Amino acid sequence: MKKDAKFYGKLFGSTFTLSAFTFGGGYVIVPLMRQKFVEKYHWIEEEEIMDLTAIAQSAPGPIAVNASILIGYRLAGVFGALLTMLGTVLPPLIIISVISLFYQIFRDSTAVSAVMRGMQAGVAAVITDVVISMGIKVAKTKSVISILVMAGAFFASWFLNVNVAIIVIVCGVIGALRVVYSHKKKGGAEA
Amino acid sequence: MIYLELFWSFFQIGLFSIGGGYAALPLIREQVTVTHQWLDMTAFIDIVTISQMTPGPIAINAATFVGTQVGGIPGAIIATVGCVTPSCIIVLFLAWLYYKYRQMTIMQGVLSGLRPAVVALIASAGLSILLTAFWKDGVVTPNFSDIDFMAVILFGVALVILRKWKPNPIYVMIGTGVVGGVIYGFGFA
Repeated sequence: MKKDAKFYGKLFGSTFTLSAFTFGGGYVIVPLMRQKFVEKYHWIEEEEIMDLTAIAQSAPGPIAVNASILIGYRLAGVFGALLTMLGTVLPPLIIISVISLFYQIFRDSTAVSAVMRGMQAGVAAVITDVVISMGIKVAKTKSVISILVMAGAFFASWFLNVNVAIIVIVCGVIGALRVVYSHKKKGGAEA
Repeated sequence: MIYLELFWSFFQIGLFSIGGGYAALPLIREQVTVTHQWLDMTAFIDIVTISQMTPGPIAINAATFVGTQVGGIPGAIIATVGCVTPSCIIVLFLAWLYYKYRQMTIMQGVLSGLRPAVVALIASAGLSILLTAFWKDGVVTPNFSDIDFMAVILFGVALVILRKWKPNPIYVMIGTGVVGGVIYGFGFA
């Protein structure tokens, strides 16, 4: 891809729009980025989105900001990262600055809360959709360990309220051990 | 120096909030209502409410809100910059590591463990949003009459549209927002 002014404009514009629609916690950014950067622009691979999400989750700071820094770095280095970070930070900065001038009216508005209630169902659907797509991908690998890791991570997060950073680290270690173990086994068979 | 205090305060919030979503909340509360007393508890609850109604990470929303109250627009900008500085440094370092070493066998192993975990974590966050959307006051009760069936239908239709035609998710969210505005705003549900 050509890194001209048009490319940087697209990159900034994409993250700005995505951020303006990141309702209901940072996770919505994952399906939004997937749609934009994987399906529409073909700038990155599907699997890479999952890796970047894992990094964004386990690093400190908001997921949406972290994810945009990663995408920007991947596509255009440190300058790209700063550009996408700016694109992600500007919408909430502008919106909240404006709202803070008359926030009592906004907070008590029945129209705003009605729209938000509807949107909440939409956000839930968008996240469910991406979980189904990604879950099928994991199931298709037919790896018992992957499926167990997925179930175990969900259990730890939903039922035991374990911090996501800990879950990410433990699952990473499990993955690393699996590689080391299968290498040893292969080495042993050859010997 | 108020700007320096704002920067440092939100720098700490950015640095210590790991895990996303509302994990940052207790930290923000501590900094802005106890350590600095920039806001009282009522104003703090207002920020949380407004954050739920507006897009963007809660930490950035809080930084902007507190910054505006304490030091006007420059305050908002400085607090926001403070909030994202730790992310910027740490995530750039991790990104560099990832792209440098991702072809290594051991790194491939780590990533193969992370991918299923990511799906599980998104599922877990999604489920809590789902439950908040389905129960009228956001509180899950075993009582059948507390379920908001309008939200269930809205969710179902949105999901079918997403699976079938794969539209831009933003349009789906706007669509459910408009339908919700009409249904809830005019008291049909």
